[in-house]
Amino acid sequence: MSGFPILNLMLLVPLVGAVACLKAGREQARMIALVTTLVDLVLGALLWANFDTGGAQWQFTERANLFAGFQWALGIDGIALLLIALTVFLMPICIGASWNSIEKRAGEYYAAFLLMETLMIGVFAAQDLFLFYIMFEAGLIPMYLIIGIWGGADRIYASYKFFLYTLLGSVLMLIAMFWMVNAAGTTDIPTLMQYNFPPHAQTWLFLAFFASFAVKMPMWPVHTWLPDAHVQAPTAGSVILAGVLLKMGGYGFIRFSLPMFPEASAQFAPLVWGLSMAAVVITSLIALVQHDMKKLIAYSSVAHMAIVTIGLFAFNTQGLEGSMLIMLSHGLVAGALFLGVGVIYDRLHTREIDRYGGLAINMPYFALFFLLFTMASIGLPGTSGFVGEFLSLMGVYQESSWVALVCTTGIILGAAYMLYLYRRVVFGEQKNADAAAMPDLDAREWAMMVPLGLVTLWMGVYPESFLAPMRKDIALLEARVAVAAPKGDAQVKKGAAKPAAEHEAAHGEAH
Amino acid sequence: MELVRSLQLVAGEEVLSISGLILLLWAAWAGDKAARAISIASVAVLTVAALIAAPALYGAAMGADTVAFGGQYRADAFSAFGKLLIYASAAVTLIVAPAFFDRFKAMRAEFPLLVLFAALGMGMMVSATDLLTLYIGLELNSLASYVLAAILRSDERSAESGLKYFVLGSLASGILLYGVSLTYGFTGTTSFEGIRHALSAGTLSTGAVFGMVFVLAGMAFKISAAPFHMWTPDVYEGAPTPVTTFFATASKVSALGLLMRISLMAFGAAPAAWQQIVIFAAILSIVIGALGAIGQDNIKRLMAYSSINNVGFILIGLACANQPGAAAMLVYIAIYVAMSVAGFVAVLMLRDENGDPVESIADLSGLSKTRPGLAAALAAVMFSLAGIPPLFGFWGKFVVFQAAVQANLVALAAIGIAASVIGAFYYLKVVKVMYFDEAVDKVRGKSDLAHGVLLVIASVFISPLGYLLTNWLHTLAGNAAAALFHV
Repeated sequence: MSGFPILNLMLLVPLVGAVACLKAGREQARMIALVTTLVDLVLGALLWANFDTGGAQWQFTERANLFAGFQWALGIDGIALLLIALTVFLMPICIGASWNSIEKRAGEYYAAFLLMETLMIGVFAAQDLFLFYIMFEAGLIPMYLIIGIWGGADRIYASYKFFLYTLLGSVLMLIAMFWMVNAAGTTDIPTLMQYNFPPHAQTWLFLAFFASFAVKMPMWPVHTWLPDAHVQAPTAGSVILAGVLLKMGGYGFIRFSLPMFPEASAQFAPLVWGLSMAAVVITSLIALVQHDMKKLIAYSSVAHMAIVTIGLFAFNTQGLEGSMLIMLSHGLVAGALFLGVGVIYDRLHTREIDRYGGLAINMPYFALFFLLFTMASIGLPGTSGFVGEFLSLMGVYQESSWVALVCTTGIILGAAYMLYLYRRVVFGEQKNADAAAMPDLDAREWAMMVPLGLVTLWMGVYPESFLAPMRKDIALLEARVAVAAPKGDAQVKKGAAKPAAEHEAAHGEAH
Repeated sequence: MELVRSLQLVAGEEVLSISGLILLLWAAWAGDKAARAISIASVAVLTVAALIAAPALYGAAMGADTVAFGGQYRADAFSAFGKLLIYASAAVTLIVAPAFFDRFKAMRAEFPLLVLFAALGMGMMVSATDLLTLYIGLELNSLASYVLAAILRSDERSAESGLKYFVLGSLASGILLYGVSLTYGFTGTTSFEGIRHALSAGTLSTGAVFGMVFVLAGMAFKISAAPFHMWTPDVYEGAPTPVTTFFATASKVSALGLLMRISLMAFGAAPAAWQQIVIFAAILSIVIGALGAIGQDNIKRLMAYSSINNVGFILIGLACANQPGAAAMLVYIAIYVAMSVAGFVAVLMLRDENGDPVESIADLSGLSKTRPGLAAALAAVMFSLAGIPPLFGFWGKFVVFQAAVQANLVALAAIGIAASVIGAFYYLKVVKVMYFDEAVDKVRGKSDLAHGVLLVIASVFISPLGYLLTNWLHTLAGNAAAALFHV
């Protein structure tokens, strides 16, 4: 595969599809969109298949001197590979979710989605600081249009809030990037990841990047755009927002904040922990009292993302790997939950929890899938949610047992609000005749749910498939941040050396 | 020989003035019937003048070879950069004008001539290296512009805008002239070289500082930087749209070029004396431009505030007071001209059933459903003006902020970019009206083919494809900035 511009192709395919969709009618546009996203999925699978696990850190690199001041530079490591895989996996499902529900201006809708796909892959594949920024910011325009044109009743407020919040967060990052490029003399991300910025400058740079990623993530208390955006966006918009866009914040921390400003990251770790602890408890409690299904899942996303941030700022392998796994798992699970909500929303056109009830009777298969994803969201062992949360909490336990303690309540509260949601929607008596008359999943919905369910279980049962590609990159990152890592309160002592074979076995179990 | 050499250097201006005079005779002879033919001839003249100017830019002409008339005038790469933009903008104005004026049966033969003479004055402004040449160029441009603003005699708003522009413009010229006289008095020379020499020697006298402040205040009026921006919304709204296009593009380029030449060349030896003023004007323009636009319901007024806002960003490049800053300004100006052209041509294409212009933002509701292409172009202009990547408008902001950070003006860059988010709010409003609101289907008029072609060209330039031009644009802007700093 060397020399074949697969990343360029993956960016180009949806872009061409987007242009083709613009002028097409509804039927044609959705076919074009489906084919395009499936082609990108195949390309993504090829990308993964040809990724040399444990090989060079940066693979599939492509460079072109097209611009003044920055480069068209692409390339991926294991972390980017997994997030690109997540993106291309979710996109056909998003198109499927919009298949029947989008009636007006379908051509433009699918064009916006395909454009989003290009930009999201671009964010993860960019190896140039400014190329990354352009891709990162450009996503605002299609998402603004998706929320504003095809969203719910309060869509205009939500679209403004989404746009201005994220824009304000990002612009300061641009100034920090200028400073970094000026100091380091390069826009190349791999080089900058090795560059040692003076610690006092790192503080400011970290804060500027933090402003952007914290909003994108989103962290408490700058999360308020998310529930609005989620609730108003169409189903597929919510899936992509929860599934991929939120991951850009986490990716930003992994790619920029931690390796480029390790000292400042350590300095601000208590701040991140504090915000994350607050987020886990507060947003979980808020989720508990929601009447709107999408809002509930949106708040649960904020809580899950808080577990990602504590894992990232645990400065050890478990925490970092755990965070990555939660991001992947949350991408699937939150996406699937929004999809589930979309399935019943398409039938009854309300997200009000009270309007449903007893769906297990008339929609047994829906109930089955919704249960699977509910359990995955709670973090039941055997599902994808468990592995990441466990690793992440274990990682932060070495740093601060109090943080681990408070954040673990998130698991309990998570079980509370998710099971409560499940009970009210799926169990109980069928108090609404119209809800009781809803038909079960059709073939299209099966086709969307089954892959999501399978991958969720796969990640839960054999996470090694997802850990292997990023292991080396996480190890490099850990080595980079280890120098500055704050001293933990765990007082972990190394035991006496064991025979090699036994040690290997123990190591294998930990993952 | 000196005279011959000088006359060679100003060949472009000679072509413009002689052709202008001939066309004037033609206009007097043939009357308004010949208006279109004169327009076409004027575009041809502007093209020739641009072709004459271009080699200086590509060849990075600078230094003693470019000095004409004993230091009064310079035909270097910097002035060529400005002239190319000015002549191109003037040509665009002439191309879009007939379709607009025909509606009012007001396509007059004087119109192309006034544009031609204004362009001549503007070309002189960016080439001037002496306070007197500067003033002659400025007034030649201003007098033509006052008439242009008021050219729709029967329209009250046009007359009002012409009068406002004249009164306030004269006041600003007066302030500028006062500054010029103080500068002359305290430095003993009107040549930029001489002023630079006088200012670099020894301490700065209070009188010279006052002179600089007055000159900059007068210039701030011409570029419509806050706090001297008050005329802009009224004039932009009242003037006929092709004329507004001219003001937003060519006038801006020339005034900014002049400001750069005077502050970086004449006052370049004492940047500390004026940097603070520029920083103050920059931040104030960004904020006032952004806040003032929020309540506007007329698209032309909105564009006026947007131009105040953009001038603020351009001034950030000037605040750097160095060569990269100047190059960044030039890149921004070039992109800004393209954005303005696209924006105003799109506005010109907004016509109702009777062919009357639609200017109210509310009437654009649901434009994306009725006229998707036009709405997409206007949305691209709005996002581009807001500086949202991947549109090319982002690149303008990118280069000036990068220059500011490199010049250690991190705080200014941070404040400026944070304030740009306020501006994004009103640009978004236009997009919201066009894309999210129910269609009112007001815009039903047919568009002129020339408008369509210009809009497509300008839109492609501000689209992400524009990034492919960055290398070329940076080379040219670099040449121009180098010429400016070549003492």
